[in-house]
Amino acid sequence: MTASEQTLVLFGGIAAVLTAASLIGFVLRFRFAQSPVVYNLNARIKAWWVMVALIAVALALGKAGVITLFAIASFAALREFLTLTHTRRGDHLALAAAFFVVLPLQYYLIWIEWYGLYSILIPVYVFLLLPIVAALRGDTTHFMRRIAEVQWGLMISVYCVSHVPALLTLHIPGFADRKLLLIAFLILVAQSSDVLQYVWGKLFGRHQIAPSLSPSKTVEGFVGGVASATLLGAALWWITPFSPWQAAVMALVINLMGFCGGLVMSAIKRDRGVKDWGQMIEGHGGMLDRLDSVVFAAPIFFHLTRYWWAV
Amino acid sequence: MGARRRPPVASAGRSGPGVIARLFAVAVMIFARLVTGVRGEWQGCLPEARQRIYFANHTSHGDFVLIWTVLPAALRRSTRPVAAADYWRQDRLRRFIAEQVFDAVLIDRDPASRQADPIEILLAALDRGASLIFFPEGSRNLTDEKLLPFRGGLYRLASARPHIELVPVWIDNLNRVLPKGEVIPLPLLCTVTFGTPLCVTSGEESAPFRERSRAALLALAPAAEEEG
Repeated sequence: MTASEQTLVLFGGIAAVLTAASLIGFVLRFRFAQSPVVYNLNARIKAWWVMVALIAVALALGKAGVITLFAIASFAALREFLTLTHTRRGDHLALAAAFFVVLPLQYYLIWIEWYGLYSILIPVYVFLLLPIVAALRGDTTHFMRRIAEVQWGLMISVYCVSHVPALLTLHIPGFADRKLLLIAFLILVAQSSDVLQYVWGKLFGRHQIAPSLSPSKTVEGFVGGVASATLLGAALWWITPFSPWQAAVMALVINLMGFCGGLVMSAIKRDRGVKDWGQMIEGHGGMLDRLDSVVFAAPIFFHLTRYWWAV
Repeated sequence: MGARRRPPVASAGRSGPGVIARLFAVAVMIFARLVTGVRGEWQGCLPEARQRIYFANHTSHGDFVLIWTVLPAALRRSTRPVAAADYWRQDRLRRFIAEQVFDAVLIDRDPASRQADPIEILLAALDRGASLIFFPEGSRNLTDEKLLPFRGGLYRLASARPHIELVPVWIDNLNRVLPKGEVIPLPLLCTVTFGTPLCVTSGEESAPFRERSRAALLALAPAAEEEG
């Protein structure tokens, strides 16, 4: 199969799954008209259609489309993150730089495929320069906390998210025309892991796995979701440069990182006293609620792939 | 409080905003939504078509724009922000924005220079059926304090027209979007929360009412943070 045939098969499969989900949601709405869980489920399914359509359009537009989509996702994530931080008037310039200089620059560096700079821009240059900008404004109240929060927001929302489109900059022998599928693999595995954990948890969940962080996450949901999403990853080996068992290991890494990412982001939300990062996506919450697993999986997946498969 | 005399019928029967003013209003609202992603939360009441005084915290010149943006279009037309004449009459653009685009009720805050009691002007606007967006702190809060003490205006309006309900409206985060003296707005998320309406109870004095209404507004602010 050519890359475009594979893409068609992949999205045909996703559309079939979503159609089935929509039908199930439709039936459930009749049987449990008053249930908020069913209402939320249908909102989620509807939002999935929109998100899949957006990703499909971005992939169809190629590199420019994917970089633009994730730059916008980063922007939405960063504003959600920084909205919840303790920044003060003295941080204004540093924050403006984060939104309007650092974010576009990071994606520009990915566009020109300058690995040596995009992989250290935020952890090295921004890490050192933004505190200088903030310090020069002279406001020392909670300085350490403010600086740490802004840096964390940039790492999560810009640096980590940008490692999804950064997969396009890898040179994998014999895989040159299929790098977009590598992105599809990462997103599909990470997101289906979230969905499957949700489904397993709703159907069989009995024992909370991290009650102080996320009361809705259960041992049953975790085990069932991660196992089935790992199998799904293995079954998708044909769109990747991996063998089936390598694809399974990669999927397992994505799923574990994604699960832990969800816990970390829940801890932040709990600390800040909110349930969701935002209200951008009906039924899901904010951009970060949807991306938390991808955020934690993307850089690790990127570097594993780069170390073992790229030249 | 003594009875207040009605003002001599206010001037200018308005014939609705022109096309340019309408387009300008739409552009301002789109811009406000893009920059702040503003969301309205009707926590204590619904967006009903009844006469109200929305009273809100005031940290930025854009405050009333955000309230205006989240109001349904039908309510927006009959809701007029109360703004300071000394600021909004300074040049032709501001004058256009205040008078044509937002149909603001402009009042003179300086007792020395003004010709009419601002409260009389506001009561006249209420008597013509308008709802008002009112900032009871009197001027923008540029301190680290969450909410300044209320001045007397809200009490005077409320006790003169006790049938009009007062809706507390908390505008969150706009002070971080564009703090005083900054030029670049930050695209942080803002919310506008509408609380439970209140009224002046019979015989209630100004001071306890100001305390009570201020507390009702503060209660809508997100959990207090130790700050500053």
